[in-house]
Amino acid sequence: MTGLRAVGVLACLALGAYAATILVRDPTLHPSIPWMLVWFAGALLLHDLVLFTLYAAVDRALVRLPAVPVPLVNHVRVPLLGAGLTLLVFLPGIIRQGGPVHLGASGLDQAPYLARWLWLVLAMAGASALVWVVRVTRRSAAGG
Amino acid sequence: MLIRWRSPIRGPWLTSVLGLVLLCSLPVVIVTGLLDWVAYGAGQAIPADVGALHLPLLDWPTRPSWLFRLTQGLHVGLGIVLVPVVLAKLWSVIPRLFTALPRNPVKAAERATLLLLVGGILFEIVTGLLNIQYDYVFGFSFYAAHYTGAWVFTAGLVLHVALKLPTMVRGVRSRSFRDELRTPVSRTRPEPAADLVAPEPDPATISRRGALALVGGGALLLAGLTVGQTLDGPLRATALLLPRGRTLPGDFPVNRTFAASRIDPAAVGAGWQLDLGTLQLTREQLAALPQHTAALPIACVEGWSTQQSWAGVRLRDLATLAGVPAPHSALVTSVEEGPFAHATLTGAQVLDPDALLALRVNGADLTPDHGFPARVIVPALPGVHCTKWVRAIGFRA
Repeated sequence: MTGLRAVGVLACLALGAYAATILVRDPTLHPSIPWMLVWFAGALLLHDLVLFTLYAAVDRALVRLPAVPVPLVNHVRVPLLGAGLTLLVFLPGIIRQGGPVHLGASGLDQAPYLARWLWLVLAMAGASALVWVVRVTRRSAAGG
Repeated sequence: MLIRWRSPIRGPWLTSVLGLVLLCSLPVVIVTGLLDWVAYGAGQAIPADVGALHLPLLDWPTRPSWLFRLTQGLHVGLGIVLVPVVLAKLWSVIPRLFTALPRNPVKAAERATLLLLVGGILFEIVTGLLNIQYDYVFGFSFYAAHYTGAWVFTAGLVLHVALKLPTMVRGVRSRSFRDELRTPVSRTRPEPAADLVAPEPDPATISRRGALALVGGGALLLAGLTVGQTLDGPLRATALLLPRGRTLPGDFPVNRTFAASRIDPAAVGAGWQLDLGTLQLTREQLAALPQHTAALPIACVEGWSTQQSWAGVRLRDLATLAGVPAPHSALVTSVEEGPFAHATLTGAQVLDPDALLALRVNGADLTPDHGFPARVIVPALPGVHCTKWVRAIGFRA
C-alpha cells in the first residue's frame, strides 16, 4: 500500500513538474516565472495565515454579542459573510483597480461598483435584521 | 496543543460532503477550461507549446452555435460559484495545516503535494477573478499562468481524490444526510472522536444544515450576481458587480473599444477596402453582394456572452469570389495591430452557412466599437477570433 502511495505521489509531482515546463518552453515567459511563484505561494499564505486568521477572529468576536432569547450570532454572521465573500470576489471593481483596461475593453468606467456593493451589503444586513425581528416577535407572541 | 479548535461541526462528515460537491463540479470547470484552449484552434491558443498537456486536438465545431457560449460561460460561472465551497472545504480541514509533518517520508511527500492542490486552486481562483475583471495587477501572462496553474492543480487533485476517495465515501455515509437536515442548533453535537473533530469544542452556534445552507447560500448569491453576464435583456443588469452587467444604452458589450484599438480613423474611412488577395472590395461593393442575416452569439473568454442579429456577406461567398471555393483555412487580418489582430479560421468555419463578414448588426451599420466597416462572426467561435475592423482575408486552398 505504501508502495502504491509512493508511486502516486511521484506521479503527481512528475505531472506538476511537467506542467511547469509549459513556462520553460517559452523564453518570453522566463522573466515572469519568479513572480508567478510569488503569486502561487502568496495565494496560499494569504489564505491560510491572513484570511483564515481574520475571519476566525471576527467569528470569535461574535460570541461576545449580547445574549438574547433569539441569538444574534447568525443574524450577524450571515450578512457579514455575504459582504466578505462579495468583496473578495468582486474586489477589483469595488476598489477600482484596473480602470484603464476595463475602460479600453468595455467603454465603461468602474464608478458604480462600490455604491452597488454597499447597497448589497445594506440589503443583506437589512434582510437579516428583519428576519431576526420576525423571530423575536413570533417568540414573544408564542410566549405571551 | 497550540491551538484549541472550537467548532463542534468540523469533522469527517462535513468535510466529505463538501468534498463530494467539489468532486462533482471541479472536473466540469477543468474540462471546460481545457476546451477553451482547443476552441482557440491549432497554433493559435495561448500558451502555444503545452507539450502533451491538452485535450485531443480537434477542429472546433461551428454547431451548436452556442457551444463556446456554454463551455466558457460554465467555466467562468461555475468557477465563481464554487469559491465559497472551496473556502468552506479549506476551513473544514485547516486544523491539519497546524499538525506536525509526518515522519514517514512517503506521508511527508504526500503532505507536500497538498501545496500543489491548495496553492493551485487558490492561484486559479485569484488569477481567474482578476482576469475577468480586467485587473492585470499580477503583471504576468494570464493565459500561461492560468493554464499551467490548472495542470499543477489537476496533478494535486487527481492524487488527492485517489488517496481520499474511500475516506470521503466513509465520511458521507457516516451520518444520515436526512437526519442532519432535521437537526437544529440545539441538538447539534460533535462527530465521534476522529481526525478533524475538535476534542474540546465550544457549544454549537450553527447546525450542520445551517453551515451547508450558508455555503450553498453563498454559492447561490454568487450565481445570482454572475449569470446575468450571459443573458440578454433586462436580466443582464443582475450582474451588479461584474463589468458585463452593464452596457451603454441601446448597445451590447464589446471586449475592445475602437478607441483602445488605436486605429487611425482614416484607415477605416471612405478609402477602406477589403483585400481578398486576388481582388479588393469597397464597402459599397460588399453591401451589393447577397446579404445573409444570422442570430449568433458573441462569447468571450471572460465568460460573458450576448446574442445579436448580424447581417453581411457569407464567408463562403467571399471565398468563391476569391477563387478558393473550398478553402482549407482562412487568415483574417485586422486593421488593428497587436496580438489578436490575426485569426486563422478552419475550412469548416469559413463554409458554415451562418459564417459572415458582417456589415450590420440589429438592422444598423456596425458602430466603430463593433468593428465598422466589417467584422467576422462565426458560429461557436471564441469572440476574440471574430476579428473586428477586418482589412484582409486570405483564403488558402
